Parts: sequence; structure tokens; C-alpha cells
Amino acid sequence: MRTVIFRTSAPYLTSLMVLFSVFVLLRGHNEPGGGFIGGLIAASAFAIYGIACGVSPVRRALYFHPMALSGFGLFLAALSGFASLFFGVPFLTGLWTSPEILGVTVDLSTVLFFDIGVYFVVVGSVTSIALALEERERL
Amino acid sequence: MAVSSANTVDLGAAMVTAPTALADWVVILPVALPILGGAILLMVRHQVRLHAWMAVVVAAATLAATTALLVRVIAEGALVMTMGRWLPPFGISFNADALGATFALTATFVTLVGALFAIRDIDATGRRYGFYPFLLLMLAGVNGSFLTGDLFNLYVWFEVFVISSFGLLVLGSEQRQIDGASKYAVLNLVATTVFLIATGALYGTLGTLNMADIANKVGAARETGPLMTIATLLLLAFGMKAAAFPLNFWLPASYHTPRIVTSALFGGLLTKVGIYALLRSMMVLFPLERVVLSDLIAWVAGATMVLGIMGALAQSDLRRIVGFVVVSGIGVMLAGLALGSPLGLAGTVLYAVHSILIMTALYLLVGLMYEAGGSYSLHDIAGLYRAHPLLAAIAFALVLAAAGLPPLSGLWPKVVLVKASLDAGMWWLAIAILVSGILTTIALARVFALAFWRDRPDAGPAAGDGAAAQLGGGYAILAGLLVPAIWIGIYPEPVLQLAQLAAAGLSDPSAYLEAVFPLGPGS
Repeated sequence: MRTVIFRTSAPYLTSLMVLFSVFVLLRGHNEPGGGFIGGLIAASAFAIYGIACGVSPVRRALYFHPMALSGFGLFLAALSGFASLFFGVPFLTGLWTSPEILGVTVDLSTVLFFDIGVYFVVVGSVTSIALALEERERL
Repeated sequence: MAVSSANTVDLGAAMVTAPTALADWVVILPVALPILGGAILLMVRHQVRLHAWMAVVVAAATLAATTALLVRVIAEGALVMTMGRWLPPFGISFNADALGATFALTATFVTLVGALFAIRDIDATGRRYGFYPFLLLMLAGVNGSFLTGDLFNLYVWFEVFVISSFGLLVLGSEQRQIDGASKYAVLNLVATTVFLIATGALYGTLGTLNMADIANKVGAARETGPLMTIATLLLLAFGMKAAAFPLNFWLPASYHTPRIVTSALFGGLLTKVGIYALLRSMMVLFPLERVVLSDLIAWVAGATMVLGIMGALAQSDLRRIVGFVVVSGIGVMLAGLALGSPLGLAGTVLYAVHSILIMTALYLLVGLMYEAGGSYSLHDIAGLYRAHPLLAAIAFALVLAAAGLPPLSGLWPKVVLVKASLDAGMWWLAIAILVSGILTTIALARVFALAFWRDRPDAGPAAGDGAAAQLGGGYAILAGLLVPAIWIGIYPEPVLQLAQLAAAGLSDPSAYLEAVFPLGPGS
């Protein structure tokens, strides 16, 4: 699998896929997409990078351990439910705010943070499975 | 999208408009706190020194939340919070009544004890594998199962604790553990698949998964829908989870493989989730179908309690013996479900509380016996009475408790269940309960006689004072489990009243249904 062509193109492919996964994540609320599918795209990006260049460059590039990313995602998702504590509404209620940032109206919501949490859970768990399998192959 | 003020949509038709009081959050905290704690532990998974005390703090906070929940439920009746403000049955309700809150409180208490015991039992490798995150996520799954008011959500919580328990089972990746875990995994996956099929069929029949909504609508569908099939499938799925005969073989085959504290929590908690799900689904969702099935449940109960304990008599591995004692206790709990009378159900609830405490304590005792005697085999272990008199005293108390003898907690639920069986004219069920009690006494007395009273063949105590000092922490933790058991045994009135309150909620679920639909069915 480690041909020169693949190794040269893999970093570009990976960065494009990660960028695309963020795009899919963010547009997911009203159009096809969302945290789960975005997370899968990002995880496959890391898997491709791992196949092309080996597992340890991926781990170095991620900096955090994939399981830690997963934990962060779960934490963020659970925390987004707690925001409704301060508004007298039940757990996990979607709360919206639309601040103007640099002249653009940006819709922020707890739903978005929940979805980002899902994204990290999927990226973390699928990447850690994929990397573990790729490591095992070379034994 | 954001609902702008220009929209004149009547939100009251779709959403909960009454503000949620801060105090109502106790319904969700028993689940949300362990999830948050487990997530934080995953993030700091390499700082294994932090894990133990962080998990203990989170479990203690969860214990406080479940205690507050139980106090409120006793004072005010069933408490409901529907996620995301959507009105039930569209939003997923968390619906805490006396039954769920009692189970959640006991489960959280035992998990806290387990987290404390794990400080001495689980080494740095086990922690790096993620013992404590799995423990907290399992607690979240178990509490979620006890508190949710939605059948599909119940399935999700089953998955949460089953997956966490896989993680706990294979901690250490020994070959023996993989063997035990694969049996456990396959049987549990079969059970959850059956559960999922039943859930799908139920949704196809009634168009709803909210338990209160199902209970309201089930009467109208009785002529047309395959309700008997669904109820039987649920009985099969939850019976498998609870390790009822003839689907109990996976439990003794897998529960002896993991670390002892993991076995203790599994034996204490996981089978009781199956019992809880059986109580909830049979009594609240399918009351008439349960009456038809009650003879079957009674036979299963009798066979589970007698054949289960016979397995214990035939074993020589301490952990397998306790595994069979757990199975036998499941039969006793099913007896109350078979009877279906308020008294019988109260007996089941009381026995479940007792069983969560005592089965965990038995496994932890076996762990301490291993540390003191160096073996799990009854052939090798001996002379513990001379070397560790305090351990012998605790063991004696636990034998009494598990066998259902005074003055510990095992006595009262059996008295209640025997009385309920005789009231219903099912004398053979009463005899089965008494016979299983006698056989439990024999099985555990055999352990006690061989492990504690028999002198070591090589004479002279092998374990010196050093071992006794190490066991000190273990004694304290076991004693912590024994305190509520002795309290229930000597002064059963408050817990019996609580069990009767929980049973009343099962026999007449109208308060439970009203809590979800305050305006009556179909509103």
C-alpha cells in the first residue's frame, strides 16, 4: 500500500477530508450531515493517513490520544444538556442565540455543541479502533 | 431553527411550557453525573492516580442525587422530566417512581462501595485499561435503565451498561477472560436483539414507545395486536438478562473470570436490571398478559431457585458457587412477579435490594478469602478461621444473610414471599422458596466449614500478620455493605414500607401514568 504516489497524496487527501468533515458537521442541522457522519469522514481521513504513513505520525499529528478526544466529545455533549439548567427548561432542551460576529448573524445553539460532541466521540472511538487495527497488521 | 417572536405557533401544543424547577433535576442527575465523570476520566486516562478518588467523588455525588430523588419520590410521588421540552410521548421521559428510585439508590451505593474496594483491588494497569471510566458509564447505564420512562430508551441504557461491562470483563485481556467475555457477550447480544425485536413489534402495533403511553393504549389493541407474543418476547429477553432458568448458564460461565470487584458489581447489579425490566414491563405494560404467563413464570422461578443452588452445591470454585447463589436469588425474585399480588411484589423489591447488597458482599468476601488463603478452590483453601477470625465473623454474617436466616436482611423478603405464595394458594412455590433457602444454607455452610473451620493440612497459619493488616481496608468496606443488611434485618419496617410503596406503584400504575400525562390518556 505504501507507494510513493499514495504517500505523497495522502496528507493532502487527509487535510481535505478533515476540512470537509467540519463542513458536513456544521451544515448538519438543516441539511444532510451532522456530527456522526462528519466524525466518520474525519476518522476515515486519519485511517488513510495511517495506512499511507504509519500509525505513529497519525498519533503525533492528533497530539491527543483518540480515546481522550472521545471523552472530550462525551463531556461536551453531556455539558450542552446542562445549559438548560439556567433557563428553567428540561435537560437537553435546544437553546438558541444569534449574535452578530463581524457583521454576520451566526446561529449558535446547544444543539450545535451537542453535535460537536458527537463528532468528537465518533472521531475518537473510530480512529482508535482503526489505528489499533493498523498497528496490529505490522506485527 | 430559532423560533422568532413573529411566529404565532402555539408552543403549548408541542412543548412543556411550565418552567422546570431546579429541584426536578434530581431525576436526570443520577445518569448525567456518572456520564460527565466517566467522560472526564476518559480525558485524563493516563493520570491513573487521579482516577480512583475522582470516581469515588462522582459516585458519592450520584449517591447524594439518588438519595434526594428517593426522598422526593416518597414525599410527592412519581417525578417526571421530559427531555428537550417536547411533550410526551414525543419527548423521551425520565420517570422516577418509588421502584426505580429505590433500585437506583441501592445500585449507586453498591457502585460507590465497589469504587472504594477497587482502590485496593485494581492496579495501575487495570486503571490504565479504563476500569474507572467503565465503572461510571456502567453506573450511568444502570441508573438510566431504572429511571427511564421510554421502552426504546431502556434498550439504549441496556446497551450502555452492557458495553461498559464488556470493557470491565476483559480488563487485563487474559485468555480466560476473553473466554468468559465471549459467552457473556453472545448471550447478552441475543437477549438485546430479542428485546429490540419486541420493541419494534410493539411500536408497529401501538405507534408509541413511551411506557406510560403504552400502558394507556394497550387495552384498545388487545383484540387486534400480537400483544401476547410481544410480552413473551420481553419475558424471554429480560429473563435471559436476569439469568433465569433455563437461560442462566451464561452467568456462572462468565462471572468468575474478571477481577473480583467486577464480578461483585455484575452479580449485584446487572441481573437486577433484568428483574427491574421484567417488573416494569410485565406489571405496567402487559398486566393481563402477565396473568396468562404467571404459571410459566412461577415454574421458571421455582426451577431457577432450586436448580440454581444445586449448581452451587456441585462446585468447588468459590466464585462459581457465588455465581450460582446469584442465579438462585433471581428465582426468588421471579416468584413475586409470578404471584403479582402487592405483597408478593413487595417481597420481590425487598429481596432485590437485599440481593444487590449481599451478592456484591459475597463476591468481595471471596476476594478477601483469596487474598487470605491464596486460592479460589475449596480443595486448597483452609484454616481461615484461625488466621483471620474477623473475616470468619463477616463470612458467617453473610452466610446467614444469603441463606435468609435471622438476623440479617435475607429473612424478611423470604417471609413476605412465602406468605404471599400461601395467600395465593401456590403452596409448591412456597416450598420451593424454603427448599432453596435450606440448600443455600447447606451450600454456603459447606464453604464455611471447609474454608474456615478445616485446619490447614500443613498445620500452622500460613498467612501472618502482614496479610491481616492488608485486609483491614477490605474489612471496613465489607462492613459498610453489611450495615444496611443488618439494619434491614433488625428493623425492616421502613424498607418494607418502601417496598410496599414501590409494589403499590406496580399493581396500580395510575399515579405513574398521571405523572407523565397529567391531563389523562391521549392528551
